Amino acid sequence: MTEEFNVLEHELVPEHHILPKKEVAKVLKELNLGKDQLPKIRLSDPCIRALDAIGGPVEEGMIIKIVRRSDTSGMSVCYRLVVRG
Amino acid sequence: MMVTGVTKRISAIRFAMLSPEEIRKMSATKVITADTYDDDGFPIDMGLMDPHLGVIEPGLRCKTCGKKVDECPGHFGHIDLAMPVIHVGYVKEIKKLLQSTCRSCGRLLLTKDQAQEYVSQRDRMEELTGDSFESSHISAESAKDASSRTMCPHCNAVQLKITLDKPTTFREEGHKLTPKEVRERLERVPDGDLIVLGIAPSVCRPEWMVLTALPVPPVTVRPSITLDSGDRSEDDVTHKLVDVLRINQRLRENRDAGAPQLIVEDLWELLQYHVTTYFDNQTSGIPPARHRSGRPLKTLVQRLKGKEGRFRSNLSGKRVNFSARTVISPDPMLSINEVGVPIAAARELTVPIRVTERNLAIAKEMCARGPAPEGPVYKPGVNYVIRTDGRRIKITDKNAETVAEVVEPGYVVERHLLDGDIVLFNRQPSLHRMSIMAHEVRVMPYKTFRFNLCVCPPYNADFDGDEMNLHALQSEEARAEAKVLMRVQEHILSPRFGGPVIGAIHDHITGSFILTHKNSSFTREETMKILEKAGVASLPKPAVKSPVERWTGKQLFSMILPTDLHMTFKSSICQKCNECMKEKCENDAFVVIRNGQLISGTIDEKALGAFKGRVLDKLSRDYGSDASRAFIDKATKIAVGAITIRGFTTGIDDEDIPNQAKREIDDAMVQARLKVEEHIKAYRNGELEQMPGRSLEETLEVEIMKVLGKARDTAGQIAGRHLGLENSAVIMARCGARGSMLNLSQMAGAIGQQAVRGERLSRGYWNRTLPHFKQGDLGSQARGFIKNSYKSGLTPTEYFFHSMGGREGLVDTAVRTSRSGYMQRRLINALEDLKVMQDGTVRNTADTIIQFLYGEDNIDPARSVQGDPVDVDDVLLTVLGDKGELIAQIQEKGVVSYGIQDRDMLETPEESEAGDDSDFDIGGEGE
Repeated sequence: MTEEFNVLEHELVPEHHILPKKEVAKVLKELNLGKDQLPKIRLSDPCIRALDAIGGPVEEGMIIKIVRRSDTSGMSVCYRLVVRG
Repeated sequence: MMVTGVTKRISAIRFAMLSPEEIRKMSATKVITADTYDDDGFPIDMGLMDPHLGVIEPGLRCKTCGKKVDECPGHFGHIDLAMPVIHVGYVKEIKKLLQSTCRSCGRLLLTKDQAQEYVSQRDRMEELTGDSFESSHISAESAKDASSRTMCPHCNAVQLKITLDKPTTFREEGHKLTPKEVRERLERVPDGDLIVLGIAPSVCRPEWMVLTALPVPPVTVRPSITLDSGDRSEDDVTHKLVDVLRINQRLRENRDAGAPQLIVEDLWELLQYHVTTYFDNQTSGIPPARHRSGRPLKTLVQRLKGKEGRFRSNLSGKRVNFSARTVISPDPMLSINEVGVPIAAARELTVPIRVTERNLAIAKEMCARGPAPEGPVYKPGVNYVIRTDGRRIKITDKNAETVAEVVEPGYVVERHLLDGDIVLFNRQPSLHRMSIMAHEVRVMPYKTFRFNLCVCPPYNADFDGDEMNLHALQSEEARAEAKVLMRVQEHILSPRFGGPVIGAIHDHITGSFILTHKNSSFTREETMKILEKAGVASLPKPAVKSPVERWTGKQLFSMILPTDLHMTFKSSICQKCNECMKEKCENDAFVVIRNGQLISGTIDEKALGAFKGRVLDKLSRDYGSDASRAFIDKATKIAVGAITIRGFTTGIDDEDIPNQAKREIDDAMVQARLKVEEHIKAYRNGELEQMPGRSLEETLEVEIMKVLGKARDTAGQIAGRHLGLENSAVIMARCGARGSMLNLSQMAGAIGQQAVRGERLSRGYWNRTLPHFKQGDLGSQARGFIKNSYKSGLTPTEYFFHSMGGREGLVDTAVRTSRSGYMQRRLINALEDLKVMQDGTVRNTADTIIQFLYGEDNIDPARSVQGDPVDVDDVLLTVLGDKGELIAQIQEKGVVSYGIQDRDMLETPEESEAGDDSDFDIGGEGE
């Protein structure tokens, strides 16, 4: 059968990082946002599962920082709130 | 005037079903008789037009609430159905419920634990404020799980298979279930089990899906119309209710009289049919109920659904006053900001003017002129005056003077349109924001709306019968906003690709070409004629003094450029030579503008054209919209001036080529035909060398296509040798005004291969395209190659092939427009409430983030340079000054493409032009 592979290493998948707890408040303040206003990402998302396996447990309510290549600006950063599902 | 009410915030909306008790409780009267009016024309009590149900006739009072016509909202009545019937809107839910509950004990076919699991899943979802879609997903899953059981886990009863016979008949292993039986089963389902299925039993008991009472909508919902003849014409819904009542009555009588079961059942089914079509007259599986004339009735669902339904045509869209629609026509003497409004329309469209002490005299004067002032000069009159108490007085010729006397500060006077008023101008389909722009009014004689031709591209308008709409703005705020945000000059740069959408087209491009190409020069008289319309007051020094004073076109064009403009670029006529001669270009295609003087190069599509105009682009970016508007206005006038002086015409004789050339083309065609035959022979003999990845047949096709493609090009080249720049058609094609060299070579040389789906024609008859050819003939003539030109005329077979190819083009456009229209609708619906906030984030109405930074770079595409934030070349030119050489070198090397080169995005309008060409073939587009 197919070999297991880490989705995060695929070239079409942008970088996912767990945002450290300490930085959460700072980032939210910077963006002037509540947690619930962030876009969501599910716990069952393949990237989150991969992140969970590598970077320690990912729980509901954590924030994921996603860095992706952008056609317009070279690089762009966005954040997502982990939700159950 | 504006009424400001209390603003409230809706915290939640709950949808529920009406129970029979509620239906009866809210009912103003029970309806029993199918008749509406008695012989004297009075509504019958307990009939469908019972005065308890509301009033539709002015003067009468509602018997329920005592209010008059516009005050009484109407009241529901009800019909008690003799036998229960199924509500078509709920058949899916009923089916789900019947399948997932026990036929004997009515419990959900799930064990306690399973049920609990689904409930907790739903709770979790609600906690996360999951949307209703997720929730319905869970209910669907639990229902599916339950219906797969064959034995009840509670009472061990064996379950039978329930099927739905569309639209409303349920069967249990073939045995028919009456609505009554269905209702009994639904009644047995306990409240607790409903929660698992996603139904709130407090507001939605499932047995309410089987109707025992039918609400009768108020008469205000289904008003009857009195025709001129005095006859009453009832609404479709009333007609349907009459049917329901009639059958209901018969069913009750028959049942009570103990009629045979068969008859009762027939009537019951008929009642079911009428109630079903009362809700939805397009239910699949049953014939729609029809009017006596044969027209299908418009019942409840039809009132709401689709494009003409309540939602799309009354709630999302509305009819408006103060609007006008008429045919459009061009007027190059108008500014791009203006629109010519016919006097007749200007007298109908009005602007409310609040009367103050300062404008009292003017207001009185306008008012005294009445609604239709006469005289050679257009002067605004007044159609209505609104008094301080809010009463609206219609001004007529008779009362104009008297009303004018009483006008005082505080009144509002609705005066006719005046020059300079701001109006919105729109052409459907409104696909982008430039489809509605604000124009300044110019009241003019005759009956069409007129505007500057440079504004055609954003509206995608032409003058073959197009009509456009105009809206007069009604408040200061709206006018101010429109003027700042929506004025035409603010839309010269498109947010679609960061370039100009407003610019010269057709003759304006030709005109500027004629004006500036090479050493064209003009006498004093001509120069004055060209410049006066553009409002240029002083003449430059003539370029040639003797024998007569002459000014070059380049000098004239320079008059309308800002004095500090520097630009360097290549014109459309650029031949893309291997080595660019720069300023010494023999085609005069290298544009150099220094200090606002056109030093070399030709001003054509690349400089002025919509979508491509580099000068427009630079002007509107660096000098602002006012300056670029002024430039466009002057440029149109100068171009029109130039083309009028030289004169310009094209005709079929522009495609005349010498007999010698014709013979050469014939020869080339013969050569091509022979070559194709050679290939076919090689193929038949198996000598054709197969191309990698292609079958032998495909190889042959590719080879033949290659030969024939080349043949057409050769023909084009031969013809092209005799088509020089002295030829009008060639001028248009080369400077980008209209048509292409390909079009010309098809007219003068040969049309070439016709294709359907990218292949040579092959279908039609058995192994041949037409009976004129042998079966299996692969030759050029038999497979749709046209060796003739449009000028020389096509043979009958060629004509047929050309129609085949042309048809594909038409079908494609038809399919493309409908599909892209639907796609656009969906996209707009998804994006309509997104907004870029002050911090650069994109959010929806719930204030959640969609994009952290607009477009990820926070660049307004309308202010970008072809999508890039900075025009590096332009910066270089500014910094390095006239060291143009260096810049050219950088450009030449093509180190980086700054997006200044034509992007394919810019080619899109070209494509649609290609589509336009088909109207050539079909003969007029007509609206």
